[in-house]
Amino acid sequence: MAASSERSPPPFPDSEEPELLEDSDEGADAFTGTSISEMDSLSPDTTGPPKDIFNEPPEDIFSDPLSEINSEPQKNVKIPSPGSDEAVDLFSDPLDDEADVISSPEVQNPVPDLLKEPVEAPKSDVISEPPSDLSSKPVHKNAFDPPKGAKTAVSAELFDDDDEEEDLFNEPLKGVTKKPQPSAVSGPPVNVFTEVKSEVKVKPQVKDDPTDLFAEEAVTAPATKPSVSSSSRTNGVHSEEQDIFSEATVELSLDSPRNDRKKKDAVKPSVSAPAASVASSSSKPPSKTLEELEEEESEDKFDLNISVTNPEKVGDGMNAYMAYKVSTQTSLTMFRSKTFTVRRRFSDFLGLYEKLSEKHSQNGYIIPPPPEKSILGMTKVKVGKEDPSSAEFVERRRAALERYLQRVVSHPSLLQDPDVREFLEKEELPRAVGTQALSGAGFLKMLNKATDAVSKMTIKMNEQDVWFDEKIQDVENEEQQLRKLHVMVESLVNHRKELSGNTAVFAKSVAMLGSSEDNTALSRALSQLAEVEDRIEQLHQDQAANDFFTFSELLADYIRLLGAVRGCFDQRMKAWQRWQDAENMLQKKREAEAKLLWANKPDKLQQAKDEITEWEAKVTQFERDFERISATVQKDVIRFDKEKARDFKRQIIKYLESLLHSQQQLIKYWEAFLPEAKAIA
Amino acid sequence: MTSISEDSDKEKVRSVSVDLNHDASLLIDIPDALCERDKVKFTVHTKTTLSSFQKPDFSVPRQHEDFLWLHDTIVETEDYAGLIIPPAPPKPDFEGPREKMHKLGEGESSMTKEEYAKMKQELEAEYLAVFKKTVQVHEVFLQRLSSHPVFSKDRNFQIFLEYDQDLTVRRKNAKEMFGGFFKNMVKTADEVLISGVKEVDEFFEQEKTFLLDYSGKIKDATAKAEKMTRSHKNVADDYNHISGALNSTAADNNNSAFKKHLEKCADVFEKLRHLCVLQKVEDRVASDQELKLTELLRYYTRDIQAAKDLLYRRARALADYENSNKALDKARLKGKDIAQAEENQKQCLQKFDKLSESGRKELTSFKARRVVAFRKNLVEMTELEIKHAKNSVSLLQGSIEMLKSN
Repeated sequence: MAASSERSPPPFPDSEEPELLEDSDEGADAFTGTSISEMDSLSPDTTGPPKDIFNEPPEDIFSDPLSEINSEPQKNVKIPSPGSDEAVDLFSDPLDDEADVISSPEVQNPVPDLLKEPVEAPKSDVISEPPSDLSSKPVHKNAFDPPKGAKTAVSAELFDDDDEEEDLFNEPLKGVTKKPQPSAVSGPPVNVFTEVKSEVKVKPQVKDDPTDLFAEEAVTAPATKPSVSSSSRTNGVHSEEQDIFSEATVELSLDSPRNDRKKKDAVKPSVSAPAASVASSSSKPPSKTLEELEEEESEDKFDLNISVTNPEKVGDGMNAYMAYKVSTQTSLTMFRSKTFTVRRRFSDFLGLYEKLSEKHSQNGYIIPPPPEKSILGMTKVKVGKEDPSSAEFVERRRAALERYLQRVVSHPSLLQDPDVREFLEKEELPRAVGTQALSGAGFLKMLNKATDAVSKMTIKMNEQDVWFDEKIQDVENEEQQLRKLHVMVESLVNHRKELSGNTAVFAKSVAMLGSSEDNTALSRALSQLAEVEDRIEQLHQDQAANDFFTFSELLADYIRLLGAVRGCFDQRMKAWQRWQDAENMLQKKREAEAKLLWANKPDKLQQAKDEITEWEAKVTQFERDFERISATVQKDVIRFDKEKARDFKRQIIKYLESLLHSQQQLIKYWEAFLPEAKAIA
Repeated sequence: MTSISEDSDKEKVRSVSVDLNHDASLLIDIPDALCERDKVKFTVHTKTTLSSFQKPDFSVPRQHEDFLWLHDTIVETEDYAGLIIPPAPPKPDFEGPREKMHKLGEGESSMTKEEYAKMKQELEAEYLAVFKKTVQVHEVFLQRLSSHPVFSKDRNFQIFLEYDQDLTVRRKNAKEMFGGFFKNMVKTADEVLISGVKEVDEFFEQEKTFLLDYSGKIKDATAKAEKMTRSHKNVADDYNHISGALNSTAADNNNSAFKKHLEKCADVFEKLRHLCVLQKVEDRVASDQELKLTELLRYYTRDIQAAKDLLYRRARALADYENSNKALDKARLKGKDIAQAEENQKQCLQKFDKLSESGRKELTSFKARRVVAFRKNLVEMTELEIKHAKNSVSLLQGSIEMLKSN
C-alpha cells in the first residue's frame, strides 16, 4: 500500500504484462470490480461530477476512439484528455500532488481489495452482472480499457502511455500488481469483500446507471435518455448516499490498517493522509450538500400530526401528576393505524428525551429538548388550587409538549427510532426513571453536565472547517440575539397584561363617571365608552396570550434548541478531542518504539509495534468517527436551519395575524362607539 | 434644549379647546414656544378687532409664571367671585424627557449606534408630545379668558396680551407661598364649616352634590386613564425595543457568510421590522389617548375644582349673609348699630344674590361647555383610534402578505 504510494515504477511494466494476461481471462470481472470500488470510494468527493465524467467522455471515446484505438493507440492517449481533465482534477489531484506521501486509503485500499475479488470470490453480487455490461464497464472507468475489454490487441505501450498520463489508472494497476501477493492471502480480504458488497447493495443506482449508460452507449447511441434521467435521480438522492458513502469508506479504511500491518514504513503517510482527505472530503461536499439540501425544500413533508390535549390531573397530593392525551394522525405506513391515542405523563416525555439523547446525541443529531421541569408550577397544580396561574401553567406546558413532540417526529432520523414509535403507539410505557429533578439520577446528570462544561473549556479545538467555524459563531450570536429578543417580548407580554388590567380599571372608573354625569347623552356615551374599554381589555388580554404563546414561547423554544445545536457541536468537539488524544498517544508509542530501537531491545520491540498498530487503528477509527459526526452535525444543522426558518415564518405569520385580528376588532369597537360619541348633545 | 416650532407640526391637535375662538373679535394662539433650561417662553399671538387694543395683530413673549400671575390676579378680583375662573395651566413638566435625555447622555458610549438613534428618536417624540401639551394648556387658558364676556375686558388680561416687554412678574416669595398655603388650609376648613349652612336654592344644592360627586369620579378616572396610557406607552416602547432587536438580529444574520442559506430566516426578521412602524402607530394611539382623553379628564378635574371654588365663594357669601342677618337681629335686639347692620346685611344679600345669579349662569354654561368638550374629544379620540387601527391593519396585512409570498 504504502509502497505503491512511494511509487516504484520499475516493477510495474514487468508485472504489468502477466497481470494483463491474467486479466484477459476474467478481465471483465476484474475491471468491473475496480470500477465499482473506484466509484464507491471516490464518490463522496464527487457527488456532483460523476455525470460529467461519465457522460462526456463516452461520446468522444466511444464514437470514434473505439474504432481508432484499435488501429491507432497513439490517439488514444490524446482523446481521453477531455474526459480525464476532470478525472485528473477530482481523482488524481490529491494523489498527484502528494503522491509520494499519501496512500489515500479510500482510493487505494478498496482497489486492491476489490481486485482480489475476481481471484478469490467471484461469486459475489458485484461481479455477477450481465456480461454485456461488463464488457463495457471498463470503458467508463478509464477510457483506456476498451481495447482491453474488447480484447483487441493490447500493447504494453498503450498502458505505458496511460500511466504516464494518469495516476488514476496507475493505481489500480499497481494495486493489482502488488496487492494480491502480500495481502490477498491473508485473512482480511474476505472481510473487506463483504463490506464492499454491502455497500454496493445500498446504492445500486449510482453503480448501475453509469454502467448502463456506457454499456448502451457503447452498443447503441440512442439509449442515452433514460440513463441520464436516472443519473439525475441519483443526484437527488445524494444527501442520503453521502452518509452511506462515508460510512462505507470508513469501514473500508478501517480494514486497511490491518492490511497495512505488515508495512511499518507506511505508518507515516497513512497518518498524514487523513488530514488531506478530511480536508478534501469535508470541504468539498458541504458546498454541494448545502445546495442540495437547499433545493430539497420541503420535499420531506410528511403526514404526521401530533396533538397533545386534555391535560388531566391524576392522583392527589404530592404524588399527583398531569397526564396528557397524545393523539397521532398519520398516513405513514410505519405505524399500525392511521389514528391512535395514548395517555402520557410529563415524565414520559422527559424519559423519551433521555432515551433519545442517550442513543443519538453522540451521533451529532440535534435532539429537541423537552420543556423544563418546573417544581414550583407543578406544586401549585398538585396542591390543586384552581387559580388562573396554574391553569396557565398547564396550558403552557401542554403547548410546549405538543411542540416538543412535533419537533421530534419532524426529525427524519428520530422518527425512525423505535422509542419514538413506542411512545406514540404503545398503550403502556414503562415508568420513566431518573427524570425527577431531585433524584440521584438527576444529581448524577448535573454532575455530568458540570464535568462536561469543564472539559469543554479545557478543549481548545483548532477549527479547520470554515463551515463549522462560522456556524458555531452564528449559532452563538443567534442565541444571544434571541435571548435579548425574548427578554423584550417577555416585557411586552407583561406590559400588555398591565395595560389590560389598567384598561379594566379605567373602564370601571368611566362607568362610575357616567353614572354620575347629569347629561343623559353624555352619561350614555360614557357608559358606552366603559363597555368599549371593557372589550378592549379583553382584547389586550387575548393579545398578551398571543404574544406569549406564539411569539415568546417560540423564542424560548429556539433558545433551547440552539442550546441543543451547541450540544451537537460539543459532541463533535469531543470526537475531535478523542481523535487528537489518540494521535498523541500514537506519537508517544512511536517515540517509545524509536527508543527501543535505539536501545536495541528487540524483545520489547514487537510489543511496541503491536501497540503502535493498535493505536493507529484507533486513530483512524476516531478520525472516522469525527468525520462522520461532522457530516451528521452539518446535515442536521442545515435541516434544523430550514426547519427553523419555516417555523419562524409560520409562527410569525400567525402572530401578525393575531395582531391583525386585534386591530380589526378594535376598529369594530370604536366604529360602533363613534355614533354614540356623536350623539352627545 | 432644542427649540421646537409648533408651526412645523401641521396637524395641530387641540386637546381641550372647544371652539373657544368663536368670537372673532379677540383671537389668541400660541404659535411658538422656546424651551430654555427649566423656563418655557411662549409666544402669545393676538389678533383683535377690539378698539381697546392699540394694534390689531401683535405677539408678545410670556413665561409660565406670567400665566400664573394672570390667574392669581383674576382670582383675587372681588368682582369675579361669581364666575368660574379658568384653571391655571399646570407647570410645564419636562422631567420625563429630561431624565431620559440624561440617561441617553450617560449611556452614549455603552449603546450601539442603532440603540442610540432609536432612543434619541423616542426621546424626541416624547419631548415633542410634552411640549405640545404644555403649549396647549396655556393656549386654552388664554382662550377661555378671551372668549368670556367679562374676562376678555379685564385690564390685566389685556396688559398680559399687549405689553411687549417682559412682564417680569415677581415670583412669589416664601412668605407669600406660605400665605397661599395657609389660605388654602383655611378655605378647606371653612368649606367644611359652611357645608352645614342650609342651602336655600335647589339648583345650587343639586349642583353642589353633583360637582362633589363628579369631581371625585373624574379624579379617579383621570388617575386610571393616566395609568392606562402609561402602560400603553410601555407597550409601544416594547415594540420599539423588539423591532430594534429584530433589526440587529436580521443584520447579524445578514452578515453571515451563509447568506444564501440563512436568507429565509433573516428575511422573516427583516419583514418584522415593520413592527417598528407598528410601534409608532401604537405610540400615537397612546399619545392621542393621552391628549384626547386623559388631558380632557385632567382639564375638567381642574375646571370642576374651579366650579367648586365658585360654589364655595357663593356658600361663603351665603354664610356671610346669614351671619349678617344674625348680626342684624342682634343689633335690633340690642337696639344699636342697626343701620350699619342693615347696611351690612343688605350688602351681603346683594353680593349673595349677585353671586347666585352669575353662578347659575356660569354653571349652566359650564355644563354645556363640558358636554361639548367631552363630545368633541371623544369623537376625535374615536376617530383617531379608528385611524390608527386601520393603519395597523394595513401594515400588518402588508407584512403578512409579504411573508406569505416568500
